[in-house]
Amino acid sequence: MSGIQRRTIKTPLSFQAIVGHALPWVVPIALLVLWQCASSHGMLPSRFLPAPKAVVSSFIELSRSGELWTHVRVSTMRALSGFAVGGGLGLVLGLLTGSFRWAETLLDTTLQMIRNIPALALIPLVILWFGIDETAKLFLVSLGVFFPVYINTFHGIQSVDRGLLEMGRTYGLSRWALYREIILPGALPSILVGVRFSLGFMWVMLIVAETISARSGIGYMTMNAREFMQTDVMVVGILLYALLGKVADLLSKGLERYWLRWHPAYQAAR
Amino acid sequence: MSTVFASREGLTQEELTRQMLAEGRQYSRGVAVSMRDVSIALGGRTVLENFNVEIAAGEFVAIVGRSGCGKSTLLRSIVGLETPQAGTITLGTTAQGKPDVRIMFQDSRLLPWKRVLQNVTLGLEPSFIPHAKKVLAQIGLDDRADDWPAILSGGQRQRVALARALVHDPSLLLLDEPLGALDALTRIEMQELIESVWWNQGFTAVLVTHDVAEAITLADRVILIEGGRVALDELIHLPRPRARGSSRFAALEDRILERVLQRRSIQMNEHKTHAANEDIDAH
Repeated sequence: MSGIQRRTIKTPLSFQAIVGHALPWVVPIALLVLWQCASSHGMLPSRFLPAPKAVVSSFIELSRSGELWTHVRVSTMRALSGFAVGGGLGLVLGLLTGSFRWAETLLDTTLQMIRNIPALALIPLVILWFGIDETAKLFLVSLGVFFPVYINTFHGIQSVDRGLLEMGRTYGLSRWALYREIILPGALPSILVGVRFSLGFMWVMLIVAETISARSGIGYMTMNAREFMQTDVMVVGILLYALLGKVADLLSKGLERYWLRWHPAYQAAR
Repeated sequence: MSTVFASREGLTQEELTRQMLAEGRQYSRGVAVSMRDVSIALGGRTVLENFNVEIAAGEFVAIVGRSGCGKSTLLRSIVGLETPQAGTITLGTTAQGKPDVRIMFQDSRLLPWKRVLQNVTLGLEPSFIPHAKKVLAQIGLDDRADDWPAILSGGQRQRVALARALVHDPSLLLLDEPLGALDALTRIEMQELIESVWWNQGFTAVLVTHDVAEAITLADRVILIEGGRVALDELIHLPRPRARGSSRFAALEDRILERVLQRRSIQMNEHKTHAANEDIDAH
């Protein structure tokens, strides 16, 4: 579990502690310095890879003009609406097949078959169906997000402790109360694992969709920059995707920490 | 503990029983349990066959037997978790009508995502919170009301499970080896707690246990189940609180244990039974 936190002993910062904190950053900073040196001495042509300084200044320029934020907003909206549609469907269908035997018999085999089709292999068909519009992007992101949420919701519900359900029944809980008090919270750790997986897929699908064709968004910005050999803008776009992915991951970790605060794995820091 | 029973020391068994019954009638919410010709099969295997037992209102009955003898199934059928293929299980009624039956399992079955107090008030209106707090105080866990179950010890979890059952003011409390997983010291504490709660509240209690000594410590009556039937039904005439060290206790424990283990040296067994009875009569 990634939620388990390593205990760090809080003592006054000794030399060893400082070294300990700094050590993980030594290699990235060295690489960055090396990269900058190679660029400024002409060993790394800027049409191949821009200097870090150029990337930073192009980032500042783009954000000052407001262009960057427009693209970030468009991409984020696409990602979130795809996540809402695909994740919502996955959650609903997962709850359905997990809770009702008839729904599992009816739907699960079909869904498992569809799952085995790589979503990206559908791109030619998707372009044929939806053109290169927003709908195509929404479809691809939703598809990528759907399965991790669906499968983990299904398994989460199936693996709820039968003993707790039995206990709930002897306490006279109604079906809805059993669902609300026992089944949903019991499935939540698994559902959240699905959400974290699906956030990863969300960005991958979005990048692919925006790279195929777009009139705005980070993918558009990056592909546009390629036309004009603006490698610095391209690197800014790539780093933005990384940053947004990290933010999404942090958010879902935060959700886990809040919703699963009862879980022993999340109480290590107490 | 001793304060609970202080007024009863020095009474004879007869007087004690009469006093208990009299008091029991005053505030007892216990109900009688009657099982007639009950047969239960699980997965094609007959667990109980034509099983008959009558449990009086307010009585504390312990059911012992080897693993797989059907004692847990018996308990689960009373609360409706197993349905008998044949026979009837009847519970008495209380002034409120349908009796409130609660069961405690070997594992506490607390909801890990609910804090202690929310676990105790499971399925109840928020208006029960003050009562739940009172019950938690009664079992000595009022300071843990806002803790997650995950950070409690095994004994504390079982106490919370007991509180969860007691909040409902049950007329019948079924205990399915609730102390089986606890260490020896915690067990003794829990036994004392269960006995005092039962004594003060007057519900009917049915305890399933592997531990013959535990059965004798707590129960008015020990029933041994063997081959799906009652093999032994023994009234325990020992004044409460029961001292485990006493010779009468030891003799009883010996006798029931022998029977559970089915040491077939019948003559010796009978000899021992007589000795035990004489021992009791002598007191």
